[in-house]
Amino acid sequence: MTRHLLQVFRRYNWKDNILAYALLLPSLIFLVIFTFYPMIKVLDLSFYESVMNERRFAGLELYGHVLRDEVFLKVLRNNMLLALVTVPVSILLALYMAVWVNGKLRGRSLIRAAFFYPTLIPMIAIANIWLFIYTPDYGLLDKFLGLFGIEGPNWLGDPAWVLVSMMGMLIWKESGYFMIFFLAGLQVLPKEIYQAAELDGAGPLRKFRTITLPLVMPTTLFVLIIATTNSFKLVDHLYIMTKGGPNNASNLLLYHIYETAFSFWDMGKASVLTVILLVILLVISVFYYGYLDKRIHY
Amino acid sequence: MKKFSLLIIAMMLVLSACGKSGSNNGAGDNSVASAAEQGSGGQENNKTSGNGEEKPVELSFYFPVAVGGPITGFIDKLAADFHQENPAITVKPIYAGSYQDTMTKVVTAVQGGNSPDLAVLLSTELYSLLEMNALEELTPRFSQDYFGGFYEAFMSNTKSGDQVWSVPFQRSTIVMYYNKDMFKAANLDPEKAPANWSELRDFAQKLTVKDSAGKVSQWGLEIPSTGYQYWMLQALSLQTGTNIVSNDGTEVYFNKPEVKEALQFYTDLGRKDKVMPEGVLEWATVPSDFISGKTAMMFHTTGNLSKVKSDAKFDFGVAYLPANKNYGSPTGGGNLYVFKDIPEERKAVAIKFIEFLTQPERVAQWSIDTGYVGTTKAAYDTELLKNYVAGFPQAAVARDQMEYASSELSTYQNGQVTKLFNDNIQSALLGEITPEEALEKSQQQADDILKKYRK
Repeated sequence: MTRHLLQVFRRYNWKDNILAYALLLPSLIFLVIFTFYPMIKVLDLSFYESVMNERRFAGLELYGHVLRDEVFLKVLRNNMLLALVTVPVSILLALYMAVWVNGKLRGRSLIRAAFFYPTLIPMIAIANIWLFIYTPDYGLLDKFLGLFGIEGPNWLGDPAWVLVSMMGMLIWKESGYFMIFFLAGLQVLPKEIYQAAELDGAGPLRKFRTITLPLVMPTTLFVLIIATTNSFKLVDHLYIMTKGGPNNASNLLLYHIYETAFSFWDMGKASVLTVILLVILLVISVFYYGYLDKRIHY
Repeated sequence: MKKFSLLIIAMMLVLSACGKSGSNNGAGDNSVASAAEQGSGGQENNKTSGNGEEKPVELSFYFPVAVGGPITGFIDKLAADFHQENPAITVKPIYAGSYQDTMTKVVTAVQGGNSPDLAVLLSTELYSLLEMNALEELTPRFSQDYFGGFYEAFMSNTKSGDQVWSVPFQRSTIVMYYNKDMFKAANLDPEKAPANWSELRDFAQKLTVKDSAGKVSQWGLEIPSTGYQYWMLQALSLQTGTNIVSNDGTEVYFNKPEVKEALQFYTDLGRKDKVMPEGVLEWATVPSDFISGKTAMMFHTTGNLSKVKSDAKFDFGVAYLPANKNYGSPTGGGNLYVFKDIPEERKAVAIKFIEFLTQPERVAQWSIDTGYVGTTKAAYDTELLKNYVAGFPQAAVARDQMEYASSELSTYQNGQVTKLFNDNIQSALLGEITPEEALEKSQQQADDILKKYRK
């Protein structure tokens, strides 16, 4: 009897699995073609020195080269800095804007649209707009600062300012996008809790700190992951605005990979850089999902 | 779980197999084009063979757009005109983005075993393409007289040793643009541009205008320093008496004393003389600065001549770059390359198309439309260009300067060598290191890369 039941159970489970696999198959195919296969391929390529037509097995030699490379270290430092600044700032700004436009205020949808519109413009167009904003002297920013008698620096031409300028643009572009997620998160929060809190005499700040903030944490985690990966994926803007210059002061990892692969035709080194980028993103995701995720109340 | 991982492995095997074959036929429109040609070939063949004409051929032609103006329109028209003259041949122009994007597409196609037939690429890509063994040698395909018709300075970037690998097409050089109205305002003769470096410095001083608060409202001079700073420095080095590259692409001379003098001058203009904005000047905004009156003089490519002509609301002059010991300017721009890995009949047709493109009338029209320098002496003898130059003498400056022009920096691993040189020049311009250090460092880094190409 039990054996018979077990058999039925097994057969049933197997069929169930087949269906599940069949349903997963389409996504799986794409995942394999566009994610797993390239990842394995790039790992393989990273052990070969390949420039133009020549190809030679180099083992871990290229990793050594890259890790000692001055330009790579600078690029890595820039990218870390960019992530450390833009991620928290754009998330806080997004949350602030979301709370703002979630309230009852006049012209709410217009403001929402205004905050969201940077997300709708193509990357290249954004880069060109900001190129104009940052033009010294007659650019929008310098014209504005000129009203207060301030003379702006050469925003994109000064190594001390170029990364800051890129950060400004990135925050502008990202916070509107993240705002939408927070807005969605805020709108599903139960009204009763707020009403109860109001009865207890809680002010807006306290309501935000003890109710809103903990309840939007799942959204925050999601946004955090997107924001961090985005800060490592910046490439279009660099291509248009600075080409990583001056003297690599605004060069970032993905652009450096592009440059190594398609200007220097050094596929070996580009593959090593790609593997490093993958490891960085993997470590970040593991940290977020393995550590932060457990500390969030859903 | 076991089953699941088995499934993944099985799928990966299948897909890696597909991946390989997929990358072979997915690499370019070329295979599609040739398939279509074969497919429709029989039909069209019947039609044309009645007239006793040759077999229909379709040619894929990759080209970039690097200067302002409706270049794609001009190229399409050229292809259409050629088709008119040779009904059996269809040239399919494929706009491929910037020079760099075009190079990326071409290299990907070549490495995928799927060469385009013909492409316009930077003349400096020669050694990269040679290293890939991608090019068809053109020396035996044309007569010596044909090559002799081009300006010598343009031909030097087409050759490695005595072998010719490409044909000059959209070529440029650096010239000086200056604002005549500002010259008048500064009590300078608007018909006389600075002829040497000391005059340049002197004029630039007079043309730099400060407002009451001490803020500069008009700069004397701008020399761009992004993207092509190596080109600008090369010009200054040529004027001081040396080129920075050997003609076989294996040696650079970045640390010669003449180059040091040149980089010192370049940095001093901004940091010491204060006649040029300090730090890095964006390649693309320098012409805008000139057109909007922010700077009185600029060094820029002659490829922007048509744009400046149509946009500037003031009287402007074009002049030779000022001399130090002598005049000098490197050439730049793109050449026509034919690829090796295509059938002989398409090679022959590609050569025919190149001959068509370089006929004097067409070179003349192309120069007028785009601002690029006419590549042949014959083009300047046409009525078309003669009349144009008579009405717009600025257009002749680049041609006259050809006499002092030299080949552009082009080496093996050109992307990498140019980039390290560019970075170090910027570093010097920003005052992070001295010109001397920048050049010693560049020389040593370049030697590291190039030593394996020396015999």
